[in-house]
Amino acid sequence: MAKIKFQLNGKPVSLETDLNRRLLDVLREDFSLTGVKEGCGEGECGACAVLLDHEIVNSCSVPIANVMNKDIVTIEGYSTTSRYQVLREAFEEEGAVQCGFCTPGMMIASESLLHKNPNPTDEEIKIGLSGNLCRCTGYNMIIKAIKRAMKDGDGKW
Amino acid sequence: MVNGYLPTTLKEALELLNEHNLRIVAGGTDMLVQHHNLKTLPIDFKQDVLYIANIPELQGITEDDEYIRIGACEPLESILEHPATPKLLKDTIIEMASPAIRHSGTLGGNIGNASPAGDSLVPLYLMNAALEIQSIEGTRTVDIKEFITGVRKIALKPNELITKIILDKVEFTKAIFKKVGPRRSDAISKLSFAGAITIQDNKITDLRFAFGSVNITVVRHPEIECNYITKTVEELKQSVDDIVGAYQNFIRPIDDQRSNKAYRKQVSLNLLRDFIVTL
Ligand SMILES: Cc1cc2nc3c(=O)[nH]c(=O)nc-3n(C[C@H](O)[C@H](O)[C@H](O)COP(=O)(O)OP(=O)(O)OC[C@H]3O[C@@H](n4cnc5c(N)ncnc54)[C@H](O)[C@@H]3O)c2cc1C
Ligand code: FES
Ligand code: FES
Repeated sequence: MAKIKFQLNGKPVSLETDLNRRLLDVLREDFSLTGVKEGCGEGECGACAVLLDHEIVNSCSVPIANVMNKDIVTIEGYSTTSRYQVLREAFEEEGAVQCGFCTPGMMIASESLLHKNPNPTDEEIKIGLSGNLCRCTGYNMIIKAIKRAMKDGDGKW
Repeated sequence: MVNGYLPTTLKEALELLNEHNLRIVAGGTDMLVQHHNLKTLPIDFKQDVLYIANIPELQGITEDDEYIRIGACEPLESILEHPATPKLLKDTIIEMASPAIRHSGTLGGNIGNASPAGDSLVPLYLMNAALEIQSIEGTRTVDIKEFITGVRKIALKPNELITKIILDKVEFTKAIFKKVGPRRSDAISKLSFAGAITIQDNKITDLRFAFGSVNITVVRHPEIECNYITKTVEELKQSVDDIVGAYQNFIRPIDDQRSNKAYRKQVSLNLLRDFIVTL
């Protein structure tokens, strides 16, 4: 057991925990942040994606030990931002959400991408989403949604 | 239950490694997948774990006139974005995993994992990468080809850590990395190939080929490459059948769930041929 401290959705948190736990399990079990989904548990689907120091990581592939003194934002924290509102409306408009299981991860991937590169090309959007699987939409709508958000959210990223 | 250790300095990490029998975890992208077990949450490590990802001495990229030194725990994505990173290594990293995995996965971890399909190993062999290894007894440097001794086998003593990856600063006239795999972001290579050539005054001054996923580790044969130094590109092209023939015996892939022997061998040799004939 050890004490782990980090920023979680803008607030400092600390917990006594086994260092050999996945960030995913800590977020869901200790903080009830169930917007973070477990899809594959193997780093391949992106359903568990969160922002670590504002960059996308898969929380199923990050040991809690590595989160010491880092800044973590989950979809719950992100949903309080104005950038999220733009993305959300764009996802709705373009029909980019069907069952919704991939959606938190897709939004995190979109934020990570646009934060670093506010004007990505189609190819760059595809690379940005390449770690996120969607079984429903066929991806085109998600790519369109990101392009819409780039336009509608002009200046936000 | 196994313990975890979270040192904040390299010195502390090396002392811990010297005192205990520890499994090293950097980004954890390989280790968590290999040891995740739904029945036993948390992660089912078989021995105590040393977490090194955030040790400052293991991060960063520096360069001088001769060398580029990459911290073992520098995430793949940061290496991709760094201006000092050789183009061939960038062209390789962009083909590895997804942004999310590249933000946590490290170059030291790709080497430590020593998978025959480890993508970065192909350009690292081609560039004659050296590894800086430290223990409380001191620092040593070893060539990557001496360090990786087999499938998931490395020449690392239990009290040692990889601390840096050291690359010569070389400029090639042309250098390529090709990876054949299924979906980009979860794509463990079926096979991969890197080729590099330097031409001066119409003469070849440097020629290198490296093949991944077709033997227990990366295949590289300087004794074949050196036969073509001082030749012209035309002469190299005329020798293409001999060169492909020379690699025949060294390309010894296996059948597994990702691909089969015949495909791997044929495509690897096709990539070599293509590199030469399209110069
Ligand atoms: C979805 C997914 C896709 C992937 N795609 C690719 C791909 O396309 N190409 C590819 O090559 N790999 C791929 N990988 C594998 C993995 O991400 C890489 O091998 C990565 O570089 C591992 O780095 P890490 O820091 O996460 O390693 P870890 O999991 O932390 O460690 C890996 C091994 O290296 C050892 N180790 C780590 N650091 C050190 C050190 N400094 N000194 C000594 N030993 C050390 C560890 O003990 C362990 O045995 C993928 C993995 C996932 C989950
Ligand atoms: S659950 Fe983490 S990537 Fe699929
Ligand atoms: S909307 Fe169902 S998985 Fe993407």
